[in-house]
Amino acid sequence: MPLVKHGKITNDALVHVADDAEIPGDGAILITAARFLEDAEGLSRRAGRIGVIWPNNRDVDDLVPYLDRLAVIALVFPTFRDGRAYSQARLLRERHGFKGELRATGQVLRDQFVFMLRAGFDAFEVKKESDAEAFAATVKRYSVFYQPTGDGRLTALHRRMQLRHSESASQ
Amino acid sequence: MTSPLEQKKIRITGPSVVTANRTWDGVVIYRTAQQGWSAELSDAAIVRTSEEARALLTESIADDVGAIGAYVAPVEVKDTGAIKPGNLREHIRLQGVTIELPVPA
Amino acid sequence: MYAYDELDRTIINERVSEFRDQVKRRLSGELTEDEFKMLRLQNGVYLQLHAYMFRVAIPYGTLSTKQLRALAHVARRYDRGYGHFTTRQNIQFNWIKLAELPDALADLAEVGIHAMQTSGNNTRNVTSDQWAGVAPGEVEDPRIWSELLRQYTTLHPEFSFLPRKFKFAITASDHDRAAIKVHDIGLRLYKNAEGETGFEVLVGGGLGRTPFIGKTIKPFVHGHDLLSYVEAILRVYNQYGRRDNIYKARIKILVHELGIEKFAQEVEEEWLQMRDSALAIDDAVIEDIRSRFSYPAYEKLPHMPEELKKAAHDPHFEAWRKNSVFPHKVPGYAIVTLSLKPVGGPPGDATADQMDAIADLAEKYSFGEIRVGHEQNLALPHVARRDLPALWKALDKIGVATPNVNLVSDIIACPGLDYCSLANARSIPIAQELTRRFANHETANMIGRLHVNISGCINACGHHHVGHIGILGVEKNGEEFYQITIGGRADEQAAVGTLIGPAVPYGEVADVVEDIVEAYLALRARPEELFIDTVKRLGVEPFRERVYATR
Repeated sequence: MPLVKHGKITNDALVHVADDAEIPGDGAILITAARFLEDAEGLSRRAGRIGVIWPNNRDVDDLVPYLDRLAVIALVFPTFRDGRAYSQARLLRERHGFKGELRATGQVLRDQFVFMLRAGFDAFEVKKESDAEAFAATVKRYSVFYQPTGDGRLTALHRRMQLRHSESASQ
Repeated sequence: MTSPLEQKKIRITGPSVVTANRTWDGVVIYRTAQQGWSAELSDAAIVRTSEEARALLTESIADDVGAIGAYVAPVEVKDTGAIKPGNLREHIRLQGVTIELPVPA
Repeated sequence: MYAYDELDRTIINERVSEFRDQVKRRLSGELTEDEFKMLRLQNGVYLQLHAYMFRVAIPYGTLSTKQLRALAHVARRYDRGYGHFTTRQNIQFNWIKLAELPDALADLAEVGIHAMQTSGNNTRNVTSDQWAGVAPGEVEDPRIWSELLRQYTTLHPEFSFLPRKFKFAITASDHDRAAIKVHDIGLRLYKNAEGETGFEVLVGGGLGRTPFIGKTIKPFVHGHDLLSYVEAILRVYNQYGRRDNIYKARIKILVHELGIEKFAQEVEEEWLQMRDSALAIDDAVIEDIRSRFSYPAYEKLPHMPEELKKAAHDPHFEAWRKNSVFPHKVPGYAIVTLSLKPVGGPPGDATADQMDAIADLAEKYSFGEIRVGHEQNLALPHVARRDLPALWKALDKIGVATPNVNLVSDIIACPGLDYCSLANARSIPIAQELTRRFANHETANMIGRLHVNISGCINACGHHHVGHIGILGVEKNGEEFYQITIGGRADEQAAVGTLIGPAVPYGEVADVVEDIVEAYLALRARPEELFIDTVKRLGVEPFRERVYATR
């Protein structure tokens, strides 16, 4: 499954470690939330970077105390129709200021890329190779956005306000 | 006529066909015995057991590009061999609405 | 009329391009139906019995002449020459081909019409009072706020994959013509003691398998806080609404299971953390939206012009005027309802020719504006009273002047088993037969205001739960049967109707309705006592007795 970051397919720097496998001493790893929370303090002292897979039916509040120690949070779309991870992503980015990589996993398809970017995701475990290749083109589909999110894009409402001000300023 | 979209088990009570809608234009179609689809009910493959029905449905669903919403529907087979829709819902799907259209077709 | 600007049009066009690409990928097999279905639903495309059905959005039920003509064009070019107006102020076309949909959408985009989010598990058309902006006594035009909400909810990245569909309605009048109490979020606009505009917010109303009347979650939300408060509700719903069972996935179930106090608490906690965010609406933004709504340059006209005096001798005109013409907030003007419920006709349908003719009449007599009501009739909102006689003649000619508005033959019905793949039974022929039984205008007037609602299945798209008489199609042993309820209301005194007895077969429904009406006429305290009030006064029992005496 190709990983897309910065608009193109890249190698995954993280090694996915199964719950029953031993955690390597160093190197970047991706582990489940349950595993991480069992020994959050200990793991935080690890040399390598840590990524956590957070289930979509659990409040992100439980992860908030550890945000500054996490390089990656992977959120889950069990099907693309289950939109809980969009709320989780926005809360992590906008309310809790998570600065690391926010990765979309699960059934990640082309037609949700724009929504995911707007919600704060910046890495995508894309299901289909063809979708991954089309990523850069797909995200250009929309140039106008009605509602504010943490992505910094100006909303249509505010662009209109700006236009009005510049109009009246030039009169 | 409970919506067959609610079908979970394939239980048939008599001769049945597999029907669906054509993907590109939505037209009602019936699965034939030649792994194809036809808009004519007379071309439909008839199944008489649950196993046959399941097999035909499975094969039909595999054609995801050509057809959508395939399900098993009852038919009546006349002595002449003519196939008729087996309930009001299937009658409406085949013949169209039971009311006059606001504009003559 | 809201004027779409460059930005609004760009979004619509970008959406059309995206959908065109999605259809292409579906037809090539690159997208499976499982991957595509939700995408097409998000553009209003259903699979029905005979064909695809295409539901086009008419935001808060307001259309321009140009837009209505475009709908007529789509009916002709891509469909079978007619469309159906729905209980959510939208329009549906029944025979559309998927392959042609992107072109139909592109044609509609040219006049600012779209089908975004008219289906799917997202936020749907924000409906309102079809008399918004012209009703006497209205607090202010609720469509300003409907438009704000429309923009806020369109392609919202966080809320496009909710547990289930989500519907808003707004009213700004004492008499609720928008049925806000049976919506997921209902908004009652009013001004508080300080004269500030705000909303009573209700949540968890809805019909379907488990009808609920909405509960007040917050008695006053300031206009500035509307979007942040709505976002808080949606976020709580998105995260905690059930996703394991589609029959328990609406917000009404979450509100019911948590209880309104607990639910309100969850929302309040969430809201307090974001109320002063970028979602706070400042006055400049409200004024900007308001400025894009154009209002007619009304003339100073007399209440009783010569034309009207002269026409008063015509009993047909008078019958129509007394039935279909309503007071306007500007003297000398009127709101005219166009009945789409002709005797023997399918309720809520209009042919392409009718749409074009109505578009022309709107241009001539209503400043180019038409409204769509949730009772599946149209309205011309700005008619000068002096034009009523001429307008009536023209409306009568095209068959939209049946003087049955709000009467027993002004039936609200879903498409039913003739069209819909979810239906158990047909609804349109039942409606048609009822209009024939009650075709006599004197009789219908004598009966008075009586709302009959028909749904072909428990999904209740015909709003049968809130009909004065509600008719629900069910299936019994392969036959069409109908459960009859009475006493429902959709307005500010919203209530769910009560079953009067066992379901009756297709052939008896019209007889049963006649029996109910006869019972009412015998039982009413005086002619002015409406059916709904007689039911309230006496309960269901006297009706049940009479109807089921011989059944």
